[in-house]
Amino acid sequence: MNITSQMSHALVVFVSAIFTQNILLSYFLGLCPFIGVSREVKTSFGLGLAVIFVMTSTCLLNWVAYQVVLEPLGLHFFRFIMFIIIIAAFVQFVEMVIERYSPSLYQRLGIFLPLITVNCAILGASLFMVIRDYSFVATVGYGLGSGIGWFLAIMAMAGIRQRLTNERIPRGLQGPGITLIIAGLMALAFIGFTGVLQGN
Amino acid sequence: MFLAIVIAVAVVSSIGAGLAAVLVVSEHFFANYGPCSITINNEREFTANGGKDLLSTLTTEKIFIPSACGGRGTCGLCKLKVLEGAGPLLPTEEPYLEQDERESNVRLACQVKVRNDLRIEIPQELLAVREYTCKCTDITNLTHDMKQFRLELVEPKSIDYIPGQYVQLLTPAYEKSSEEVYRAYSISSDPADKGVIELIIRLVPGGICTTYCFEYLKVGDEVKVNGPYGDFRLSDTYAPVVFIAGGSGMAPIKCMLHHMKNTGNTRKTVYYFGANEPWELCLVDLMRKFEKELPDFRFVPVVCELKDSAVQACEVGLVTEAVSRDLENAEECEAYLCGSPGMIDAAIAVLKELGTADDRIFYDKFE
Repeated sequence: MNITSQMSHALVVFVSAIFTQNILLSYFLGLCPFIGVSREVKTSFGLGLAVIFVMTSTCLLNWVAYQVVLEPLGLHFFRFIMFIIIIAAFVQFVEMVIERYSPSLYQRLGIFLPLITVNCAILGASLFMVIRDYSFVATVGYGLGSGIGWFLAIMAMAGIRQRLTNERIPRGLQGPGITLIIAGLMALAFIGFTGVLQGN
Repeated sequence: MFLAIVIAVAVVSSIGAGLAAVLVVSEHFFANYGPCSITINNEREFTANGGKDLLSTLTTEKIFIPSACGGRGTCGLCKLKVLEGAGPLLPTEEPYLEQDERESNVRLACQVKVRNDLRIEIPQELLAVREYTCKCTDITNLTHDMKQFRLELVEPKSIDYIPGQYVQLLTPAYEKSSEEVYRAYSISSDPADKGVIELIIRLVPGGICTTYCFEYLKVGDEVKVNGPYGDFRLSDTYAPVVFIAGGSGMAPIKCMLHHMKNTGNTRKTVYYFGANEPWELCLVDLMRKFEKELPDFRFVPVVCELKDSAVQACEVGLVTEAVSRDLENAEECEAYLCGSPGMIDAAIAVLKELGTADDRIFYDKFE
């Protein structure tokens, strides 16, 4: 593939990761923080930003690790362990650096970073990128797009839930119950994007 | 096959080890905030290497803040005031802090990181609690069932406490008890003399510790106490003070009176001392001396029945009756009660009837 077609492929992957193949609303990955932290727009914003950053960076790191180490040595089956180790180490490292050099950013993201280590959407994105055999550029687009997609989904959910705080919800549906129903409706809405793009 | 497994394990392990090494090295660089000075209560200052949380930094300095969860931020016990240097409140602390605590800079020590110089406030009692080895140097009979024990501190040689606080006295195993027990006794001595504590102990029939003190403890014996504890103390307002205490409940009151004398406190003060019989009154001479030395202090002994009119001038009846008869400005007073739960509950009821607000009644129940 030449550069232009690579770029356009990456762009398609990027947009489709946000809309048609939203990692949260199409694959239902990263649901626990999605339900747990989506009570307020402010905290959702912090978590969403952290996810975008970590997802993009770890996709790249994992792509390199996979292509350079695992693939040549024929150790594909180790990718689960490899990826999760790399994600954990990366998150630790980033947390340390942010805490040291940008206390204000640490205030906003700091406590969400450790949460992200166990966010299955992050690991999921890395695994999808391997399964779909993305190039390096496409991986950038995919990581960034998936992160933004997740960010959009949690922001939308937080906005809805904030509006719901003063509504009278039947007792059995309060909390996670109504949240899951909303998530389902949002997923249905996102199906509307299918067909806009054929990005893989 | 075997080779493949070895290679696979080796590769994954070495990458994991490499990442761990990178983290350790970068922690050394990034999480090292250099020496930070921590000032406690504007009195004590020490320097610690920054980077760890405040709770564990204090622990290495042998300052123990209570914590049930071991610093994971789930118990909310390690609260202390961080006046400077803590940065904004963390979302992990929010669930444990009330609005008024947030306003007065209360933080969770396990969540606050030491990144720069800090100014913190630790309740004095947490700072000062430790074990003291003492020598019993004097035992005075106050009444037929009350003695005053004078304990000279041997190691450490001095104690800082707030008048009204108590210590725990260690009763070693002896003939009538096979195990060590601790019992709490209020400090009664003059707080100006930091090298000595005095305890007023009333014999409880069958009590392990009091029996030991009355029958076994001799002048010259070694005694161990720890403390000081408790938040029964004189407020620093100007409101008139009412003390109500009977028997060994006199101990913290006596200590407070010494303190008032030492600090030239001019608050209007009255002390109702209740007893069943005239011979149960004790330290009356000392109280009369306080009446002369303090600007505005009145001592009112109250006995149930006055059989022998030759004894000191006292009120007759229950101490609560005397209070309701005698006390005029109950609404503006602060009341400090000390003694048996029955006496305290009765006194609180009377004071409320007279118009003293709930938050102006302080007590130390001897249970």
